[in-house]
Amino acid sequence: MAESRPLVGTSVPRSDGVPKVTGEARYVDDLPAMPGELFGATVRSQVPRGHLRAVRFDPAFDWSSVTRVMAADIESLADGDGRGVNTVALIVDDQPVLASSAIHHAYEPVVLLAAADRGTLARAAAAVTLDIDPLPPALDAERALAGDPVVWGEDNVQKRYLIRKGCADVEDALEDGGEGERAIDAALAACAVRVRGRYTTQHQEQLYIETQGVIAWWDVDGVHVTGSIQCPFYVHKAMVRALAIEGRRVHVSQAVTGGGFGGKEEYPSVISLHAALLSKKSGRPVRMVYDRREDIEATTKRHPSICDIESGCDADGTLRVLKMRVLMDGGAYVTLTPVVLSRGVLHAAGAYRWGDARIEGIAVATSTPPNGAFRGFGAPQTIWAIERHLDKVAAVLGRDPLDLKRQNVLVEGDSTATGQVLRTSVAGMECVEVAAAASDYHQKRQALGAQHATAAGDGSGKRVARGIGAAVFMHGAGFTGSGERYLKGKVAVDLVAGGRLRIRTASTDIGQGTETVFRQIAADAAALGIEDIDFAVPCTTTVPDSGPTVASRTVMVVGSIVERAARDLAQRVAEERHVGGGSFAEAGDRLIGRYGEVTSLLQYEPPEWVKWDDVAYKGDAYPCFGWACDVAEVEVDLDTYEVAVTAFWSATDVGKAIHPVMCKGQIEGGSLQALGWALCEDLVWKDGRIQNPRMTNYIIPTALDAPRFETLLVEAPFALGPGGGAKGIGELPMDGGAPAVAAAVEHALGVAIDSLPLSPERLLAGVQARAVAVAVAAHARGGAGA
Amino acid sequence: MKIGLTVNTAAVEVDAPPLSRLLDVLRHELALTGTKEGCAEGECGACTVLLDGVPVCSCLVAIGQCGGRSVTTVEGLGDAAHLAPLQRCFVDHGGAQCGICTPGMLVAAEALLRQNPRPAEAEIREALAGNLCRCTGYQRIVESMRIAAELRAVGAADGSGK
Repeated sequence: MAESRPLVGTSVPRSDGVPKVTGEARYVDDLPAMPGELFGATVRSQVPRGHLRAVRFDPAFDWSSVTRVMAADIESLADGDGRGVNTVALIVDDQPVLASSAIHHAYEPVVLLAAADRGTLARAAAAVTLDIDPLPPALDAERALAGDPVVWGEDNVQKRYLIRKGCADVEDALEDGGEGERAIDAALAACAVRVRGRYTTQHQEQLYIETQGVIAWWDVDGVHVTGSIQCPFYVHKAMVRALAIEGRRVHVSQAVTGGGFGGKEEYPSVISLHAALLSKKSGRPVRMVYDRREDIEATTKRHPSICDIESGCDADGTLRVLKMRVLMDGGAYVTLTPVVLSRGVLHAAGAYRWGDARIEGIAVATSTPPNGAFRGFGAPQTIWAIERHLDKVAAVLGRDPLDLKRQNVLVEGDSTATGQVLRTSVAGMECVEVAAAASDYHQKRQALGAQHATAAGDGSGKRVARGIGAAVFMHGAGFTGSGERYLKGKVAVDLVAGGRLRIRTASTDIGQGTETVFRQIAADAAALGIEDIDFAVPCTTTVPDSGPTVASRTVMVVGSIVERAARDLAQRVAEERHVGGGSFAEAGDRLIGRYGEVTSLLQYEPPEWVKWDDVAYKGDAYPCFGWACDVAEVEVDLDTYEVAVTAFWSATDVGKAIHPVMCKGQIEGGSLQALGWALCEDLVWKDGRIQNPRMTNYIIPTALDAPRFETLLVEAPFALGPGGGAKGIGELPMDGGAPAVAAAVEHALGVAIDSLPLSPERLLAGVQARAVAVAVAAHARGGAGA
Repeated sequence: MKIGLTVNTAAVEVDAPPLSRLLDVLRHELALTGTKEGCAEGECGACTVLLDGVPVCSCLVAIGQCGGRSVTTVEGLGDAAHLAPLQRCFVDHGGAQCGICTPGMLVAAEALLRQNPRPAEAEIREALAGNLCRCTGYQRIVESMRIAAELRAVGAADGSGK
């Protein structure tokens, strides 16, 4: 064992790194073709809403070498004598595997095709005609909320939540316009300063560089799927349901995965079912790999949102009352929308103290593809809103926005909007101070800004304005409320001959470094070297269900089980050494010889004190939060209104950084996704269809667009986290970038933009509107004087 | 059509329609799957290879253009037992996360360092601007390249480097 100890806290080489830099790593489309393998394709509706009258297959085309599957075939394509069910099992069974009659969005899958060569497949797809009677689609969330038209259920409402605190916390507040709303309105009316605002966000595409793909095949053991998958047990559940197959006959394993960011959380169930159906019908292995266009069009995206806020505070800036409505566009089917909306409303009050709060959340269906999981999971939308709103409050009060936020940031002993009293690991204030100092925030608020517009320093002659802005935020780590208690995540650690351990978990490494940090945690817990720890390929047949790889829970929750299980095995080996002597390897081999298998299979034990009421939406929403303060410095071109982020600081409290380099990599990568969302990423829609489903026109930041990131790790340990206190880090960095940039742009231009993205067109419109307002005001003054 | 070319210093002959994409020939005919497809239209750079030392998107190059020429893919930079400094640095310093952009990124980096052994940060960012990464925010990639450039300079000085 050459390594220093502890390994936790050091940046060891990532354990899956060498295959990735040599080209040896096998992503799904790199796996060699299986004998007889076919390639699969999907024929989609192309109209956003309608009634499917008929599917016509061109009789002039030779269909003899093409496998075809439609909705009507699903019942007969189940395992054994079972009857297949046309549904993608998740939260609500509203999404069919294939549309049978109702078309709910423009990329609804209708027909599956498979052929041995892709040329034949493309010609076959062109020989399919769908006869669809169009119906009016719902393409606007607010109109959908008004039932114009109703496209889902009785009223398009997929989910509602209501969070109540203080005066709004009254019995009959669950109905809109009830006593709670009257109480919050009265509290607002009593405040010295009241501010209103509306804040909106757009779709965002995950744009992992590896598109979605799987290979499916059947044999005597049942159905097998391998592919680009974040959560193998989600796919397992969907297969069991739709294919009427016993769980033990479903084998889902993860291939090396080229990024996910939530996009490969729930969608792989759909493509896996499609491939499995084609494979069942053809009797051959079937590979389905989307091209970029299909991936952008058909898969889930970040929910667009509209947040309306009315707040009240004292003249000295002490925040008092928050009234907020969060409206999210869920798209055509429910998928994970209730959970996304939940995390959205639970983060809507921001990182601040409010005495009275009423936060209403509504998700509505529209005739667009289902929106789903994307890093941050609803929180970036509501944090965007509350941060922009606090900047607005600061402007009204004539205060510096970061000082106002610092004044109101939650500290130990405070309670959140759900009444959660923060007991431990509360580092918002520290993050504000670290970020402000590192960025020289206060000095730059004086030196930069709209009144100091200047020539660019690069000699180009362009006129620029510079500004600096900040966002303060927190993000709950782990599943919400009772989630972990229901889920009972499990991990197995095996003793392996030669003094080694093998971790078996369903937590996947999709680039974030799960394999490496779990090895570090296990090695330290068992006092072994990192090279003594193996990480089993996540496969539903051979690993226990650790719960999905989501919700900033992998290190904090699953990592803590890894730590306990490794410690448990090491203890058993130590006892054997005590009795029979020898090295770890010798004692371990004796145990294996005696018992055959030596495994520690443990389950997550949520902290006793986490109390959550799912009905009232009250209590400890998360065992702990990660905290952060982001500061962005921008340069705005005053001719083109292009925004360049010239520097970016993030002070982020991660509890304990297991692997500082990868931890910073998560923060920087997440921050850049947030900057992309803030500045350039947008889907352009026309009649329910996406106009820019390509990398040529859906623009994500390049190395030239990215600022230099100054990432400052703050460590306020969470006693129950592994490695000495690690908390979640995956989602937090997505939350702060957009509001920090918007605050910096406001500083630079003197114009507050409350809608994303901060495109040059939107900035120009803002500047022009302000110029008109100034002129009108001047005219009014002149008129009054005449 | 039979086309002769050099791939990673080995002479090969492939039999493919001349308009086949170099990317497909590498992946399917030569089983060099290190080179990835991300967009199929020259935007993402995941399929970057060197063609006579110049970085190109192999999704936009027809194999018919490659007769008699030399192609270098990620597999040609070094194998697991002989990692080049660039590869080592991407593993050690956070340059690779999910790894899907990494082969193209490494090839683009190799092209830059051959031409400019001690690039400034702005030059590194410029050289990588055609290679999209969604994981890292680019910071650790730039850092990996900076350290690799130093290692190569040391290696060149004492004759041990690649």
